[in-house]
Amino acid sequence: MDFLQPATWTEALAMKAAHPDALPIAGGTDVMVEINFDRQRPPAFLDLTRIAELSGWGLDDGMLRVGAGVTYARLIGELGDRLPGLAMASRTVGSPQIRNRGTVGGNLGSASPAGDAHPPLLASRAIVELASTAGTRRLPAHEFFLGPKRNAMRKDELIRAFLVEPAQGPQQFSKVGTRNAMVIAVCSFALALEPERRRVGTGIGSAAPTPVTAPEAERFIEGVLGEHDMWQKPAPVAESALVRFGELVAAAARPIDDVRGTAAYRRHALAVMARRSFVWAWNEYRGAV
Amino acid sequence: MSARIGDSPRRADGPPKVRGDFAYSSDLKAGGMLWGATVRSPHPYARILAIDTTEARALPGVLAVLTHLDVPGRKLYGLEIQDQPVLAMDVVRCWGEAVALVAADHPEHARRAAQLVRVTYEVLEPLTDPERALTDDAPRLHPGGNITRYVKIRHGDQKARADVVVNGEYEIGMQDQAPLGPESGLAIPDSAGGVDLHVATQWLHVDRDQLAGILSLPPDKVRLRLAGVGGAFGAREDLSMQAHACLLALRTGRPVKMSYSRPESFVGHVHRHPGKLIYEHGATREGKLVYVKARVLLDGGAYASSSTAVIANACCFAVGPYECPNATVDGWVVYTNNPPCGAMRGFGSVQNCYAHEAQMDKLAAALGMDPVELRKRNAMKTGSRLITGQVVEGSAPVAELLDRIKKMPLPSPLPPQGAGLGRGARKVDLTQLPGGVSNTTHGEGVVRGVGYAVGFKNVGYSEGFDDYSTARVRLSVVNGRPRAEVHTAAAEVGQGLVTVQAQIAATELGVSDVVVLDADTQVGSAGSSSASRQTYVTGGAVKAACEAVRERVLALAQSEIGGSTGARLESDAVVSSRGEVMVTLGTLLGDAVIEETREFRPRRTHRLDSETGQADAHLQYAFAAHRAVVDVDIELGLVRVVELATAQDVGKAINPQAVEGQLEGGAAQGLGLAVMEEIQVKDGVIRNASFTDYLLPTILDMPPVRMDILELGDPHSPYGLKGVGEPPTISSGPAIVAAIRAATGRPITRVPVRPHDIVDT
Amino acid sequence: MNGRPRVAEDVWEGTNLLGVLREHMDLPGSKNACEQGECGSCSVYLDGRLVCACLVLAGQAQGRDIRTVEGLASAGVLHPVQEAFLEAGAVQCGFCTPGLVVATHDLLTRTPQPTTMEIREALAGNICRCTGYAKIIDAVHLAASRMRP
Repeated sequence: MDFLQPATWTEALAMKAAHPDALPIAGGTDVMVEINFDRQRPPAFLDLTRIAELSGWGLDDGMLRVGAGVTYARLIGELGDRLPGLAMASRTVGSPQIRNRGTVGGNLGSASPAGDAHPPLLASRAIVELASTAGTRRLPAHEFFLGPKRNAMRKDELIRAFLVEPAQGPQQFSKVGTRNAMVIAVCSFALALEPERRRVGTGIGSAAPTPVTAPEAERFIEGVLGEHDMWQKPAPVAESALVRFGELVAAAARPIDDVRGTAAYRRHALAVMARRSFVWAWNEYRGAV
Repeated sequence: MSARIGDSPRRADGPPKVRGDFAYSSDLKAGGMLWGATVRSPHPYARILAIDTTEARALPGVLAVLTHLDVPGRKLYGLEIQDQPVLAMDVVRCWGEAVALVAADHPEHARRAAQLVRVTYEVLEPLTDPERALTDDAPRLHPGGNITRYVKIRHGDQKARADVVVNGEYEIGMQDQAPLGPESGLAIPDSAGGVDLHVATQWLHVDRDQLAGILSLPPDKVRLRLAGVGGAFGAREDLSMQAHACLLALRTGRPVKMSYSRPESFVGHVHRHPGKLIYEHGATREGKLVYVKARVLLDGGAYASSSTAVIANACCFAVGPYECPNATVDGWVVYTNNPPCGAMRGFGSVQNCYAHEAQMDKLAAALGMDPVELRKRNAMKTGSRLITGQVVEGSAPVAELLDRIKKMPLPSPLPPQGAGLGRGARKVDLTQLPGGVSNTTHGEGVVRGVGYAVGFKNVGYSEGFDDYSTARVRLSVVNGRPRAEVHTAAAEVGQGLVTVQAQIAATELGVSDVVVLDADTQVGSAGSSSASRQTYVTGGAVKAACEAVRERVLALAQSEIGGSTGARLESDAVVSSRGEVMVTLGTLLGDAVIEETREFRPRRTHRLDSETGQADAHLQYAFAAHRAVVDVDIELGLVRVVELATAQDVGKAINPQAVEGQLEGGAAQGLGLAVMEEIQVKDGVIRNASFTDYLLPTILDMPPVRMDILELGDPHSPYGLKGVGEPPTISSGPAIVAAIRAATGRPITRVPVRPHDIVDT
Repeated sequence: MNGRPRVAEDVWEGTNLLGVLREHMDLPGSKNACEQGECGSCSVYLDGRLVCACLVLAGQAQGRDIRTVEGLASAGVLHPVQEAFLEAGAVQCGFCTPGLVVATHDLLTRTPQPTTMEIREALAGNICRCTGYAKIIDAVHLAASRMRP
């Protein structure tokens, strides 16, 4: 195995072009498990931790552009107020040691259906920025995930950043695990309210071959809120509508039985989390208006 | 160290442990050392048609590739029944069974070579259902059939009838000991055909004796030394890498180290037996037990390990610590192609405690009686008879333990959860709620439950096993001061045994400088650090050896300076009955060395009668009771254990801080089995052989433990002590499950309790 | 490495930092319990941040500032965190101890007087199989009180 350590982004892209089978590594929290347990022996590693620009973030035409190398700990500390849903999800990632190393870029690269960052990225319609020596392209998060641990990246590409609007309204993230810390999601749910656009965004984790959204549930609850002009005159949402919203979220999932839980439980839990997190977000909105 | 029994001195091995320079078995190195790797079966049941090592041998850096043909001595080993191949021969009976070995100059070369060993299998359909293993149409996995042991207990009137009857069926999942230190060790060949093995184990001598047979060497050519042990809990009773490293070292003539990865560790040791227990309890309307009928089926997996003793415990203590005049118990442990099971903390009593305590709660509900009151009405006490006919001697304070936990204050109730509006109103402390920071509830669906359980088990080995330990104690003068050296083969696995041995020597010899030598096979066997026995048995041996040394010192004093009745050893001196220093030990001993070796044998026990299960089979019993308070999110099925409370009779706390550590740590392992820990096996294959999916309780899962430690003594044991290590693991889990039942109103008949068991999806 | 430059030679490219410490630098204090970031036994500082050494590829550590458990005691005197672990009875088998000592050191550097819940959150990545954690929490409080300026 070779160890490639580019110092600049340009160099990294050139190396990736020359060694398309090189395995990119940043925080190593996924990659190193593969190596330590002898599940993978890539011909080369491409270490991205020396590239300064990957660990920066800033505003880009009203969007937050967050470098692929920004750790979960920094997301929580530096962007928690602007990306509360992603920060809540980040807080559930592994342990302090993992959050000090792991990155959203790595989460995207692994493309695990259980990746904690994915549902909030989907709920707030984030965009993934990919680059190669041939150029840069931006993909909506929901087009990025193709299958379990498969994403839309070409072999010569690297993840440079993700772009996401600062929260336009309340956001929530909720995750079921069978212990109170350091647990991979049995299933998870993210919600983003965008009052200006009268929009509700959703994201579901660990309950389908990829992270997915629940468009029918979004349209349904947007309809409920619109019908009674509730964005203007916020009132409690009827229990029956909350239940229906939960059902539609659950229906959007395509879960399986596996070592972490059953498909039936995942559907059930998604419905509960969707209902609860909508109430939390909506109450926050009602209190803020 | 001058701390005496009853003190809590700092651990003797503590400073190197906090500095990071304590040498665990996985830390060892030697010049010219090779790394061993194991080729393991990918099938739970298959015939081996051929093993081709050609490619593996050809790989650069590889120095040896061994198969069963290279085992010079006994090809089979086992603690009770020699049924497990050192390396598989014609057949593999479980997933991960060792088939071949590799030694190479680098771990990566060893791994690559292991992958190049070509094994041709004829895959067979695995026998994975223990019920089917009992039937005639099941494949016979071993020559003697599939029943490893059947235990039959017939106590009292077999036709007894009762006013109130409750039935239940309970299922226990497979728990892993998960000691943090991986199986590891270093084998160093000598120039005379022998080998020195530095290893983490629970019993040096039983390893040594098994290795001598396998290696075809006289026992004195197989020398074991205890390396640092990173936890054990039963996982280190059987051989893992011991024979393999020795075989490779003897073949290559070079030191060989083996150290398992975590996934390999899951197949490198036996687990707690999963089981199915079917119970019927009959009682009078006043709540006195009339009879208990129990059918216990444990899945022993592919090899026997200590299964025969585990099923005996599961049956002997099937009723729990209660008086029950009539009992009918049938217990089987069977061979299957599932992972082999054996010893884990609590050993048989953990499984049955879930069943008998669920039954007692069910009975209380049927009688409309308080569950603690029902337990007290039937509580075992001194003089009670077990269902095996044995009379309980010594303290048996079951009712008192229950009283004490019942009277402890309860934690404050659930904090009210504001359903208010706005960001500020949602400020809930997620860490106090089920689900924690995963933000699954802000109080919705959360219900509190309280549950009680009590359990017991035997201390020490039972059923006629020659249970003993050996200690050598040497008193001499070093730099003008007396020093006692204590040498045993007892394994310090973390429980604090080294410190306890020093405390005993300091107490008996009155010397301040006590050194406990490293455990090895240069002294007689200490028996295993198992069955909560080591402080009792090795403590007893150290005490006996110290007493023999003391006798000689006092005799020497008498002859040198004249007699004084009631003289004793204290403060590095011989002291008169009035407390005056007669002579310092430094002066008295001079160049003399006083050394005594003693074996300590507790009372003999007897084998269970094969037809009735009656016998004085056990040495001592240890009791504990637990109360659990849980918050359950009944909509999501998530559980947060809020608090555990326990009362335990420890006889005499030799080291109170270490005793507390056993109570807290044992309860954590009980909590693990209750709500999260399970090796999931499908078609004979472990699906979660890693710490990502085999979940251990974290510091956020384990609540505070209120403790009430009773020291009621025991007339037969050294200092009146009782074994301490296992009872905390027995009733803690059942109390948690009882609390979950109380919160949810659901029957919950299986552990670990999974979210979907609570929400019924 | 613990304040001075160290060179490791003949390191296989797939080795993790934990392997470099243990096999190449004679620093076995960081422990190999899970090698997948789930137990915290190999917790070390990497450029001042607490990380699992098993998840850092060897080459990634080149030129970085690494501090391990072996670098906490000075001139043979135990660090107050180490003293507190001994005194509180927070050590049994000890395999998790070095990782916990480093993680506690990190916590007390950032939060000198942590609440019990802050301790639990900060140490959630460090598994202990022996103690049930109660005495570890005691040890952190004890160390915090001793280190109070």
